[in-house]
Amino acid sequence: MRIISKGKLPASLIILLCILSFKQLQAQTDIDAIMMAKRNICVGPAYSYSSWTNYWEGTYKRDNRNLGRVSTQMFAVMGNYGITNNLNVLFSVPYVKTKASEGTMRGMEGFQDLSLWLKWRALKIKMDKGTFSLFGITGLSVPLSNYVADYLPLSIGLHNKSLSARVMADYQTGKFFVTGSGTYTRRSNVSVDRTSYYTTDAHLTNQVEMPDVASANFRTGLRSKYLIAEVVLANMTTLGGFDIRRNDMPFPSNKMIATTAGVNMKYTVEKVRGLELTAGANQVIAGRNVGRALTVNGGVFYIIDFSYKTKKVISNTQAL
Amino acid sequence: MKRVILPITILVVASTLLYTSCSKAVKGRTDDIPALSPSNNDLNAGTWKTILLSKPNQFDVAAPVATNSPGYVGELNEIKGLQQNLSDDQKNSISYWSAGCVLRWNEILRELVAKHNLPPYQNEDGSYPLPNAANPFSYPEFPFSNPPYAARAYAYISAAQYDALVAAWHYKKVYNRAAPYKFDPSIKTLVPTSDLPSYPSEDAVVAGVMAEMMKLFFPTEVAYIEQRAAEATKSRMMAGANVRSEIAAGEALGRAVAQAFAARGRTDNTGKAVGTQADWSKLEMDCIAKGEKPWLSLETPIRPPMLPFYGKVKAFLFDSATCVALRPGPPPATGSDLMKKETEEIYQFVKNPSREQIRIVHYWADGAGTYTPPGHWNAIAAEDFIPRNYSEIRWARNLALLNMALMDAAIVCWETKYYYFNPRPSQMNPAIKTITGIPNFPAYISGHSTFSGAAAEVLGYMIPERSAAYQSLAQEASVSRMYGGIHYRSDCEAGLVTGKKVGLFAVSRARTDGAD
Repeated sequence: MRIISKGKLPASLIILLCILSFKQLQAQTDIDAIMMAKRNICVGPAYSYSSWTNYWEGTYKRDNRNLGRVSTQMFAVMGNYGITNNLNVLFSVPYVKTKASEGTMRGMEGFQDLSLWLKWRALKIKMDKGTFSLFGITGLSVPLSNYVADYLPLSIGLHNKSLSARVMADYQTGKFFVTGSGTYTRRSNVSVDRTSYYTTDAHLTNQVEMPDVASANFRTGLRSKYLIAEVVLANMTTLGGFDIRRNDMPFPSNKMIATTAGVNMKYTVEKVRGLELTAGANQVIAGRNVGRALTVNGGVFYIIDFSYKTKKVISNTQAL
Repeated sequence: MKRVILPITILVVASTLLYTSCSKAVKGRTDDIPALSPSNNDLNAGTWKTILLSKPNQFDVAAPVATNSPGYVGELNEIKGLQQNLSDDQKNSISYWSAGCVLRWNEILRELVAKHNLPPYQNEDGSYPLPNAANPFSYPEFPFSNPPYAARAYAYISAAQYDALVAAWHYKKVYNRAAPYKFDPSIKTLVPTSDLPSYPSEDAVVAGVMAEMMKLFFPTEVAYIEQRAAEATKSRMMAGANVRSEIAAGEALGRAVAQAFAARGRTDNTGKAVGTQADWSKLEMDCIAKGEKPWLSLETPIRPPMLPFYGKVKAFLFDSATCVALRPGPPPATGSDLMKKETEEIYQFVKNPSREQIRIVHYWADGAGTYTPPGHWNAIAAEDFIPRNYSEIRWARNLALLNMALMDAAIVCWETKYYYFNPRPSQMNPAIKTITGIPNFPAYISGHSTFSGAAAEVLGYMIPERSAAYQSLAQEASVSRMYGGIHYRSDCEAGLVTGKKVGLFAVSRARTDGAD
């Protein structure tokens, strides 16, 4: 509460954050409008816990007592480096562990996918009452290990490579901001361990054609020097894929749709220069062939300034 | 504005490149295989030993009309008409079916098995609905093509195709009608030419068998298969390989033979394979009476055991007494040190599996939503048969032998499973977490091992140079069930041995059926 009161949040948001009360981390990410300053790196560990008991089998919402609660833990190292004030590179190296609370199925764990993002603030226009920024962002992800894709819902990932292109716009006036983005993700096909599978017809191959993904993200809240608090609404939709049939297992190339609503906050500790704490939570509120997951996450980040001109630690919010 | 144009341009270009870069379309392994051009037409196959038919001419096929009759000339004109304006779809259809009708129908059958291989979802009260052949379209659709069901479907359909083709070859030799392109050089031949007499059409025989057998095995697919059958037979006319009367005679013959097999199927005891709650309780009580820990379903809600009386289904290769005689001796007693040791071995396998072990588990899993282990062995066989350029009848004969062995392996295996009613490793030690779904029936003996032992024996006889390879595939299939955490070593070893014994019955038939 001390942390929040420092940010002088509106009462309603404080209550919301208290109810959810998740210590999570989200530092400046590939999907927000925050930039690291030139030659600053922000790096640290992050953790998330995601779980569900209900999932959508096609459009049919159900539970599965042979799985119970399916949980996914992610331990990651994430970082963001300012090449310039307007060009950042971000990375994430996650280790993922899955578990089903009931039934006999064994969980999996391992290093999942390395992701790299290049985030470019292409435009920053000061207006009468605020600042408008436009970003172009590209990303790629590559599996870090030979983990199993075809073991849903307990596989740690889908084992595809991906390339993403994102356009993001941000407007800030005073402490209030609003950010919106749209992303197209091209996914590579994946190999599975079996030589034949059935989708809506038979396939005599171990190659699986993965539908691409379109996603949209909308976030708004307060952004000040030491505190960022936001609510987020997001949707991801595969452009193709097929529904899980009644009582069948999921498959990597399923049609997957998830709409999530969540909150995030980031607090920059005033007394310890460069220290940032992040926390967040989100809930899948609608979906298709995905779990109705509640995810909480948190992280601790430290900003190191490599610029020789200024020795002092700079808050990542400097460029706002 | 310049500052805006540049990034937007770059993003648009990058997105376009992303979207249009290399196509992701995935080809199946048999999508583009060449047309079948048999190295030997097996002209004397009309004398090969039939399975159910008492003699190859048990069903009449009327003599074809003379090739100089107006009727025949009209049929040639129909082909020429079809060939006037072939669409790309029609050309693709010709090319698809020219790879071999026995192969293509086997692939389609595997697809149907995968499509229908889903265990029913429970009712609100935790009970499970049963598929009902009398009401096949209502959920749960009939059938649930689990491994024993699938093994039987593959066997009946393959065996019926074989018998029908023996009959067809008999009549081909009797009537000795050459193919349409031999009579009229203006008919284009869009498939390899052949000296095999074309009356009745072998493609129509096989299509007729398949369409007719759907009524018994996949009643919800009758309409779909009829449409595919029409497509298959039309492709032969468009290709210049058969006239309409050859198709009609072949289809009628195929359907007649299939009806004989379907009649057998309706009285082979499969109808009694499910049993009742009282029957299931008795199996449990009998096991307890022997002083053993009985198998329990590990599903929630508890699911009734899969086809507990399938062991009483009438086999193709031996009688019921032989079936019982093939049952191996008992597994280690559930209270024994040996059982403890075997359970511990499985626990060690699943505690820290290597990636290669997981690959093996998933390569052979063939669980819900797949074409099952018998389907996997059909796929292995088919892909090995393709380069060997067998005649259609040799294709059918080899698949019939393989599938009769697989079905009979399922019968002996199921008889054994429910005779001993032995628990799964996860029941003996709940710390054993499995790497594939745990099947809902007793452990001893392993179905995968029994199927694979039988298949390897049969295929090794047909293709001796691959014999060692088949044995090692069978070994891998067998051990995959231990790596997966769902079978003990005893289940797998006894399964392989038992499967091999079943396979030898098919081999001994193969040695004397006149084909080798």
